[in-house]
Amino acid sequence: MSRRIPENEYGKRPMGAFRQWMEGSRDPYAGNVEVRAHDMPGESEEQLKKYQEEVFTVLRKAQDTANNNQYTLFRKFYRVAALLCCLTLTLLLFITVAYLPPVGNAGNPANNEVAAKYIEDGMQDTGAVNIVTGMILDYRAFDTFGESNVLFIATCTVLILMRNDKKKGKGSAEEEERRDSFHEPKNDRILQTVAMVLVPFIILFGIYVILNGHLSPGGGFSGGAIIGAGLILYLNAFGFEKTERFFTAKTYKWISFLALSFYCIAKSYSFYTGAHHLESGIPLGTPGDILSSGLILPLNICVGLVVACTMYAFFALFRKGGF
Amino acid sequence: MDFIQNVPFFSIMISMFSGIVSSILSEKWAKRLNTAVILVVGAMSGALLLYLWQAGTGSYIFMMGHFPAPWGNEIRAGVLEAGMAMFFCIVMLLSMTGGRKKLFDEVEYSKHNIYYILVDLMLSSLLALVYTNDLFTAYVFVEINTIAACGLIMIRQNGRTIEAAVRYMIMSLLGSGLLLMGICMLYDLTGHLLMSNIKQAMAEIMANGTYRIPVLVTVGIMTTGLAIKSALFPCHAWLPDAYGYSTVSSAAMLSSLVSKGYIFLLIKIFYRVIGLDIIYDSHIIGVLFMFGLCGMLFGSFSAIGEKDIRRMIAFSSVAQIGYIYMGFGLGTQEGMVASVYHILVHAATKSLLFISAIGLTDVSGGSRSFFALNGSGYRNKSAGIGFAVGSLSMVGIPIFSGFVSKLLFAKAAIINPTWKMFPTVIVLAISTILNAIYFLKTVIRIYTPEEPAVIEEKGYYSISWRKQKLYTVTIILFVILNLILGMNSQPIIHLIETGLANFA
Repeated sequence: MSRRIPENEYGKRPMGAFRQWMEGSRDPYAGNVEVRAHDMPGESEEQLKKYQEEVFTVLRKAQDTANNNQYTLFRKFYRVAALLCCLTLTLLLFITVAYLPPVGNAGNPANNEVAAKYIEDGMQDTGAVNIVTGMILDYRAFDTFGESNVLFIATCTVLILMRNDKKKGKGSAEEEERRDSFHEPKNDRILQTVAMVLVPFIILFGIYVILNGHLSPGGGFSGGAIIGAGLILYLNAFGFEKTERFFTAKTYKWISFLALSFYCIAKSYSFYTGAHHLESGIPLGTPGDILSSGLILPLNICVGLVVACTMYAFFALFRKGGF
Repeated sequence: MDFIQNVPFFSIMISMFSGIVSSILSEKWAKRLNTAVILVVGAMSGALLLYLWQAGTGSYIFMMGHFPAPWGNEIRAGVLEAGMAMFFCIVMLLSMTGGRKKLFDEVEYSKHNIYYILVDLMLSSLLALVYTNDLFTAYVFVEINTIAACGLIMIRQNGRTIEAAVRYMIMSLLGSGLLLMGICMLYDLTGHLLMSNIKQAMAEIMANGTYRIPVLVTVGIMTTGLAIKSALFPCHAWLPDAYGYSTVSSAAMLSSLVSKGYIFLLIKIFYRVIGLDIIYDSHIIGVLFMFGLCGMLFGSFSAIGEKDIRRMIAFSSVAQIGYIYMGFGLGTQEGMVASVYHILVHAATKSLLFISAIGLTDVSGGSRSFFALNGSGYRNKSAGIGFAVGSLSMVGIPIFSGFVSKLLFAKAAIINPTWKMFPTVIVLAISTILNAIYFLKTVIRIYTPEEPAVIEEKGYYSISWRKQKLYTVTIILFVILNLILGMNSQPIIHLIETGLANFA
């Protein structure tokens, strides 16, 4: 190790001892501490057999829940305790509700300047006739951006759980789907005819709800759910071969990416200008027109696309493990 | 407004945008983007911290949109928030680099980019929890954080992780539900969602004497919800499986960041929403104090009985979370400072322990059993040193970080003598001994040489630092972080004190 002093000498010095300890060639506990390996079953075959038998008996006894008094007692205790906890919490919440401000009272703390401004100035500030849309996509757009990311991340976790990345052979997505839907009727005439009539109207209605989100009740979330339901009905009637002509995992990836990035960039611009008290330069238009209320219409379309794709993706992933 | 004051806004938006972009990137580029984003956000937060520290003007408000506070969203940044954001980024970066190589064994290659999406979005939600000044925004990002954490647990697909993820989801959603219920009731009582406005309304309510019972229940429900989510003692059943079986990086991030994000939100609620006086007058901190003490003892007892090294480290988390809540329960400024310091200490140390433990089990034939670890500190030296440093820090040996926070807790208990002084000091002493029992027995075991015959038979191999450069660098950086927290504590404590003073 050292060039100046011999190895034996070096080992006695603190630095040398530390080095030896680091390399594992010297055990500081050797001779000072009693180190003993834990008891192993004996060497002979007989002892090993006995040991295994003991293990099996213990396991059998441990898994025999029907005759285990302690276990049944614990189950009973667990049920009673759970019931008591729930009842206590329910009682507590009932008592609390009795003390809360009465519903519909004009003097409630919730009827304050916040709600008043939303109702009185909502149309002027945001350009949206539907106050709720104005609130979620303009006044409190940061929260809604978070919500659409909740959808995005939920799809990611479902992808982790359900996506089957095996392309061919046993256990692949195609194979599993075929095995799963073996007893289902294929190309059912009634279903196909009804779907042929209904699906265009459902999707058209969804588009209507999204585009009129700022004028009437509805918006991206509800409209997207309607379109998603239409797509799922179409898939059920005609099968994956038909839908995969226009909607695959790649389409899904790009649509949700484009919609969410547009949302992110547009809202970042609006947040940035808002924080610095700059004019955003986006015209609000005449309230009541279809092309009005600034960013709300495009944002509604983005949210609608994300929701529709998410609904369809969930269904396809649970059905086939990929699409 | 100076340009640097945009940092909170930029860091939340960049981390969120990177998650969205990662969905179309390949695994390699998602990884690079993730590292770059964590680095950039960490550096920006550091710059903001420096700026705020030099300006010394306290915290400032950043409007998210064109509408001012009670109508629109807003975020608020001060010294403590910027410091926390920077610290979270450092720990997250090190956790990711430490588990990078292992990730290839643990997760299917085709799902790697989803892993990075989850990490990006988790970063953004942590940043939003740190910076937000609005209770409902906090709830939305708590949701993102919960789902991301579930994904991070179950992305290593075997039976145990899925069971752990289901358990985590049920407990965590119970916590979220209680939090949401609390927020609804607060809105009913005050008519606001913005933290500062709720506090004003709360002061009026307490002055008038109306609605005292609902306020008490609301505060209790919100505290319970966040305590369940951060694994305070009786609600910790989800923790050992979730930390013990997930991937290394996930375990390190879950223990050091996710639970800390919720605790930070709870501190924020105490200071900024309810007001410290109301909290200190209520009996809630007494309850937190008792459960904190129980957690300190029972977490350590469970850890002593555990034979699986990763579950042992996970149970030790229960004890450390107990310390943090015990500090809240003291009900003094000093106790709060000690708790915040312990958040930093635990985050830095627990991730180090998880990452070094994986190095040790890998050279012991992948066995996580405590008995297989004989001499593993020699077979993987960097992991051995990391584990030794982490253990010494958790036990509370001077010059390592854990010592400082224990000292702060003891000081906080003694400076303002109440009935809580003796229980605190006694349990602190017992808990330190218990920590020493299970951590030092592991350290002794990993430095007890294994018989060459056994090594031959089981096929153990040694790995030098040259073959795992990234891992070794990570361990070294973690050790340095630990030493900084342990030996340079005064400026950090001063920073926390200033930050908490600006918090309300």
